[in-house]
Amino acid sequence: MLPIASLEMKTRDQIALQEAESKSMKITGAEAVIRCLLAEGVDLIYGYPGGAIMPVYDELYKFQDQLLHVLTRHEQGATHAAQGYARTSGKVGVAIATSGPGATNLVTGIADAQIDSTPMVCITGQVASHLLGSDAFQETDIIGLSTPVTKWNYQITKASEIPEIFAKAFYVAKSGRPGPVLIDITKDAQFDSFDFSYKKCLGVRSYNPVPTLDNNAVNEAAELINKAKKPFIVWGQGVILGKAEEEFKDFVEKSGIPAAWTILGLSALPTSHPLNVGMVGMHGNYGPNILTNECDLLIAIGMRFDDRVTGDLNTYAKQAKIIHFEIDPAEVNKNVNADITILADCKESLTSLIPLVEQKTHKKWIQRFDDLMKIEVKEVIDKDLRPNKEGLSMGEAIVSINKHTQGDAVIVTDVGQHQMVTCRYAEFVRSKSNVTSGGLGTMGFALPAALGAKMGAPQREVVAVIGDGGYQMTIQELGTIFQTQAAVKIVVLNNDFLGMVRQWQQLFFDKRYASTEMVNPDFVTIAKGYFLDAKRVDKRKDLDAAVAEMIASDKPYFLEVCVEKEDNVFPMIPTGASVSDIRLK
Amino acid sequence: MNKVKTYTISIYSENNVGLLNRISSIFLKRHINIESLTTSQSEIDDVFRFIIVVKVVEENVKKLIQQIEKQVDVIKAFYHTDEETIFQETALYKVKSSALFEERHIQNIIKESHANIVTVSPEFFVIEKTGFRNETDRLQQDLAPFGLLQFVRSGRISVTKSKMGISDLLSKFKKDN
Ligand SMILES: Cc1ncc(C[n+]2csc(CCOP(=O)(O)OP(=O)(O)O)c2C)c(N)n1
Repeated sequence: MLPIASLEMKTRDQIALQEAESKSMKITGAEAVIRCLLAEGVDLIYGYPGGAIMPVYDELYKFQDQLLHVLTRHEQGATHAAQGYARTSGKVGVAIATSGPGATNLVTGIADAQIDSTPMVCITGQVASHLLGSDAFQETDIIGLSTPVTKWNYQITKASEIPEIFAKAFYVAKSGRPGPVLIDITKDAQFDSFDFSYKKCLGVRSYNPVPTLDNNAVNEAAELINKAKKPFIVWGQGVILGKAEEEFKDFVEKSGIPAAWTILGLSALPTSHPLNVGMVGMHGNYGPNILTNECDLLIAIGMRFDDRVTGDLNTYAKQAKIIHFEIDPAEVNKNVNADITILADCKESLTSLIPLVEQKTHKKWIQRFDDLMKIEVKEVIDKDLRPNKEGLSMGEAIVSINKHTQGDAVIVTDVGQHQMVTCRYAEFVRSKSNVTSGGLGTMGFALPAALGAKMGAPQREVVAVIGDGGYQMTIQELGTIFQTQAAVKIVVLNNDFLGMVRQWQQLFFDKRYASTEMVNPDFVTIAKGYFLDAKRVDKRKDLDAAVAEMIASDKPYFLEVCVEKEDNVFPMIPTGASVSDIRLK
Repeated sequence: MNKVKTYTISIYSENNVGLLNRISSIFLKRHINIESLTTSQSEIDDVFRFIIVVKVVEENVKKLIQQIEKQVDVIKAFYHTDEETIFQETALYKVKSSALFEERHIQNIIKESHANIVTVSPEFFVIEKTGFRNETDRLQQDLAPFGLLQFVRSGRISVTKSKMGISDLLSKFKKDN
């Protein structure tokens, strides 16, 4: 039996502990990092350990029942997985890495997230603060390196800074136009103890994420819209990021205006919607590109007039008045001068706009899109989807995926011909279903992004469509997919070429195929080496059954589709040409 | 509109390590040369001020301002033409002391240019001149024959003729939060 005194002691200890937990409590910086993540609702992070971040990993071990850490096989994979997760879940993706090479390996994914406005928080370990600037082992100036590609970044050298900086990081990453934030934490700041308490960030005085809507501008816009004879909507990812899909659909339907999408806007409005007229840009649809230079009013919503969308700016929609709905003031008049700019969250601006626009149908004008679509079907689409060549086309594979997923899958693409073909032919019934690297065009994005996309929307079918080149840039993430058993369906469209570059060589460099032909490994064997179910098809008659089997599987699955080696993607606007000079062959 | 002009960019910001890097990378990314850069405390206690001089067309300075204001730690940025600002630069000139005593002419130059002698030692003396670029340039040319040991000129500092409205902005933030 214990003496009474010791019983009393124990109780007092317990009381002290309870008090510490309810008020502020002394914990290490490393534990504070985890508690900050939990306070922000994070339950999943992607990363890779190493010396300078080990104290945080030690806490991850202790908190593993509350916070799942997914070990990717490369830090770049961690960023793309976090991006994929963010894009399907609508939450902030988190990636963590060690100092030096761990940190530099994050940079590509951060740059990708920056240009595609993806909310992400990256955490890097750093050498101890007394070593900063001494070229210590694995010291690299990741703040300097990441500055041009982050929305915000900060180096923590004192444990006590952690709660405030994490709160600000999450606030900045997800508010306004989202983007990546990087927090670099010196090792001593991870070890030191301090009194922890967490307060969410509600505002930063130097930062105004959402401009106040100017109702006069909305009125003027409505007037232009109601007067227009040939109005045309081009929407981008802003509609998805602003969670404004419903408002957008209402606006389109009430105004009766044909609407086309940029690659990142895809899936915000169902593919089958009668007013969805297709894609704008370099490999977009024929009608939307040509009619950009015929419309009398261009209504740009949540898009930024990227050069892949506009082609030659001097001949872009010069005849039209332009209304630009935008959340980021830095995008206003950056590439294209707008007659009316509506700076606001587009959910708010569209809500104000809808009651002011007249119910209309622009039958004759829409007929123009239909007529041009007929030409595109004859000259391009029929050849893509019903080729008379022996080899399979990329388009056929996409059509088969559409069929077996009923168009209700998240489709993740990499960069190249397969990306353009997929975006042109994939069907979508729901928003947040298209995950691709648009602005940066990062090969190697798709495989890790698909893993993240599946974990961000576990109930959804996720199909990654990847080229044989890009696949090999992050192929090691098959290991992560195997380890997590995330049921990602991986389709490699293998043309044994860096197809898109080969296409340019064919069209603009007299078929001098400099370093674009690939001698590929046996992809099926590789997938099987990672214990994944895997199959290869190269015959038309086997395609449908193979896709059906893949979709029916409830496990990760790899399918290689061998396609024609030298097919090209059309239509195409050559670099520097006008959108209306789009080529059909 | 499309003429290259000298513009003074004024940035009010949080005093944050790394912000200078962030701001200069905006110029670097667009291949725009910074003619001069000065950073200091502003009229508000914990607010920092950058003065950056660039020679660009107005459209470009507007875009620079948009990108600068986009930075999370920047409170507000403005651009102004020379006509809209009061601006000065300071130059220091180090000359052998013997010149001061042996060449009477040098004393006239100093007097006529309204420069100040900051320090005199047996070996050298230092002159300070604050003014426009052409004034500090002229003094440099005038002193050159006497052997300039060192010459240095500061970046432009400037205040605007119109009101900046930063305090209002900051007090509005306090009210909102
Ligand atoms: C990291 C990176 N390096 C280079 C490029 C340039 N690039 C764009 S598309 C492409 C070819 C992609 O080939 P593949 O992955 O086989 O896809 P395909 O075009 O054949 O569908 C290349 C090399 C890029 N976008 N990203």
